[in-house]
Amino acid sequence: MTSTALPRVATLAGPAGPTWRQRIRSVAEAAVTPLDLDDVLDVFAPLRGGAPLRGRVVSVSAETEQSSTLVIKPGKDWAGHVPGQYLRVGVEVDGVRLWRTYSLTHGPRPDGCISITVKAIPDGVVSNHLVRRVRAGQMLHLGQAEGDFVLGDPMPGKLLLVTAGSGITPVIGMLRNLYSKAATPALDIVLLHSALSRSEVIFGDELRDYAARGLIRLVELHTDVDGLLDVADLDDIVPDLAERATFACGPVGLLDALEDHHGSRGLPLHIERFRTELLAAGDADQTNVLTFSSGTTLEADGSTPILDAAENAGVLMPSGCRMGVCFGCVLPLREGVVRDLRNGEITTAAPGDGVAIQTCISAAAGPCHIDH
Amino acid sequence: MTVITKQDVNPTAHLTPEDIEQLGVELDAIRQDILDARGEKDAAYIRKVVDVQRRLELGSRAVLLVSVFPPAWIAGTVGLSIAKILENMEIGHNVMHGQWDWMRDPKIHSTTWEWDNASTAEGWKHSHNEVHHTYTNIVGKDNDLGYGIMRVDEDQRWAPFHLGQPLWNFINACFFEYGIAAYDLELGKNLSTPKEKRSEKFKSDARKTLAKIRKQATKDYVVHPALGLPTGSVLPILAANFTANLVRNVWSHSVIMCGHFPEGVETFERKSIPENETRGQWYLRQMLGSANISGSKLMHLMTGNLSHQIEHHLFPDLPSSRYAEIAPRVEQLFEKYGLNYHQAPLPQQVASAWHRVVRLSLPNGWLATTTPKNLPQQLKLLYGMSTGGPKIRRAAQARLVQLEKRQKAVAAEAKAA
Repeated sequence: MTSTALPRVATLAGPAGPTWRQRIRSVAEAAVTPLDLDDVLDVFAPLRGGAPLRGRVVSVSAETEQSSTLVIKPGKDWAGHVPGQYLRVGVEVDGVRLWRTYSLTHGPRPDGCISITVKAIPDGVVSNHLVRRVRAGQMLHLGQAEGDFVLGDPMPGKLLLVTAGSGITPVIGMLRNLYSKAATPALDIVLLHSALSRSEVIFGDELRDYAARGLIRLVELHTDVDGLLDVADLDDIVPDLAERATFACGPVGLLDALEDHHGSRGLPLHIERFRTELLAAGDADQTNVLTFSSGTTLEADGSTPILDAAENAGVLMPSGCRMGVCFGCVLPLREGVVRDLRNGEITTAAPGDGVAIQTCISAAAGPCHIDH
Repeated sequence: MTVITKQDVNPTAHLTPEDIEQLGVELDAIRQDILDARGEKDAAYIRKVVDVQRRLELGSRAVLLVSVFPPAWIAGTVGLSIAKILENMEIGHNVMHGQWDWMRDPKIHSTTWEWDNASTAEGWKHSHNEVHHTYTNIVGKDNDLGYGIMRVDEDQRWAPFHLGQPLWNFINACFFEYGIAAYDLELGKNLSTPKEKRSEKFKSDARKTLAKIRKQATKDYVVHPALGLPTGSVLPILAANFTANLVRNVWSHSVIMCGHFPEGVETFERKSIPENETRGQWYLRQMLGSANISGSKLMHLMTGNLSHQIEHHLFPDLPSSRYAEIAPRVEQLFEKYGLNYHQAPLPQQVASAWHRVVRLSLPNGWLATTTPKNLPQQLKLLYGMSTGGPKIRRAAQARLVQLEKRQKAVAAEAKAA
């Protein structure tokens, strides 16, 4: 069985031959074949070093009506993070493992746990599950920390943080890290945060507390009272805008507007985009581009099985019954949208989702990339 | 039973092409209902079975480390036998069918699962998922009809070595995991090809199979017994592993025989299957070519839900845990379309399957036309058929069949009179 564990440090035998540890491991592997030793150890110690990265939910606490913070104890191989970074989280929803990315909302904690704060979006399958259904004690799958939305070293002395909605999550991680140390750093931070209403401001009390202590200048915009943030108003709200490094996280519209605004004036801007666009399925006669990891590219419409389309273009494809029964044609769909020709069901995939499709009964319903 | 197209009354004769397509629509609806309902509970089920099986196997092997004490030997061997059966049948066979691919768990997936058996997952998936499930019960195409070592249908030509098939069947049962490995490799066909002409694929598959056998044998007959050195349990552990493998082999062989061999399960003629079999036609063939076993929930679990062979053959990619649920709806469809839902308790089905193996070890019509009075002549005929060569066999076979037909006709007249 394939293992999704981190690549281990090379366990090649040294000049004196295999070590005792390696010998014992070989014997153990020979004793549990065809299982991987990992599969056996997973029964007893799923959070051990060398296992695929997982985390146990320690607590789930509500932040607002729509959002909750999950504190997670990660497996031993958690390599740490810099505030502002995010991680991929895999969670089983209705039996299916789905992956999403969330910002880490605490700087490195003394208890070694990590936290994410999830906002339940309308019709959001994973977010609603995490906010409403996940309980302490349950296991999640994790990726290592990623992203470059970090303050950097040395930190800029004057900062403008522009956030909206759940875009506050990477920033709260930065702020908590800054103000949880013994020595308070001498920084000039303006936080401009836009939320639908006052009650919907995630971490509202905490932010107002930082402001009350004079640690940050907090400008709250509530859409129900103040309307949406207009980037043109920035100079009025923040007169010394040009002296500040801007970090922004929020909806696409806001980030695009900021890019234009700052770009035209040559001002430094770091942004974090949350990928929320869902791939949409096209109709049956739409022609789609199929790309393969071998480099081959071909076109196929929404009513031709990918297997047939690829074979007609000369690609050698695994196949079997050609009627969806035997699973002999399964290939990984790295990203894209496909339609099951038997019942019309749509399957979407993004990199890392681990989606595999039967090419004999799947047709492309959007651009697809297949690992083959 | 001969192929349906050669029977006096074809069991599908009363169905119009429209009936068959409608049947397909109704079966598709059952499948969609399960797809819509499939979710958290199903995932929890397979994870539970995997967890229980792994703990049972590890626990049993641990207990066997002190198997020099008879109670430990018995407990460990029973536990290990059950663990091996669970792994092969409810877990391995079903995972490799893709029944759990929808979970997107790379550890419980048809593309990564390697099962606790001498045969490779790759070999099994080809001969079972691709060949057997596509060409189910088509004489000449589905090699599961006898595995190449027996004849299980009148339309498979009789040859002298079939006389021994009850014995071959028994040996195959005892060493079934190796039988499967040989079968997946099409060993008979490939070994009779001269070495230079053997395909690269066969050579590569054979190497992989030998590697698998080596690993399995090392685990069961070298490493595990060696761990019993401190307690003096080396030989008991070896015996325990041999016994557990034997139990798994015989049990799984019996269950698999029940799937398609009981008397009354239909077979199909190659040339009667259309080039592009429709979904309805494929469903119909699966319905008539399979047989169920009735019994307790425990029996269903231990057969890997192959007791629901009909439901499995209709929907090989639905989670096995759902077959019991759809069985009443499927049986209703059988009734609606006037088809025979072949189902009986385990002992009955096993006996029926063995009956077929014994009956067809003899030429067609031989048993039916033999009486205590003419036994000596019949035996002489049988000897002649066995030693006389193909032409004599064919002629004698034809005569026997004719005699049987005449006998039947006379009996029918006598009854009517």
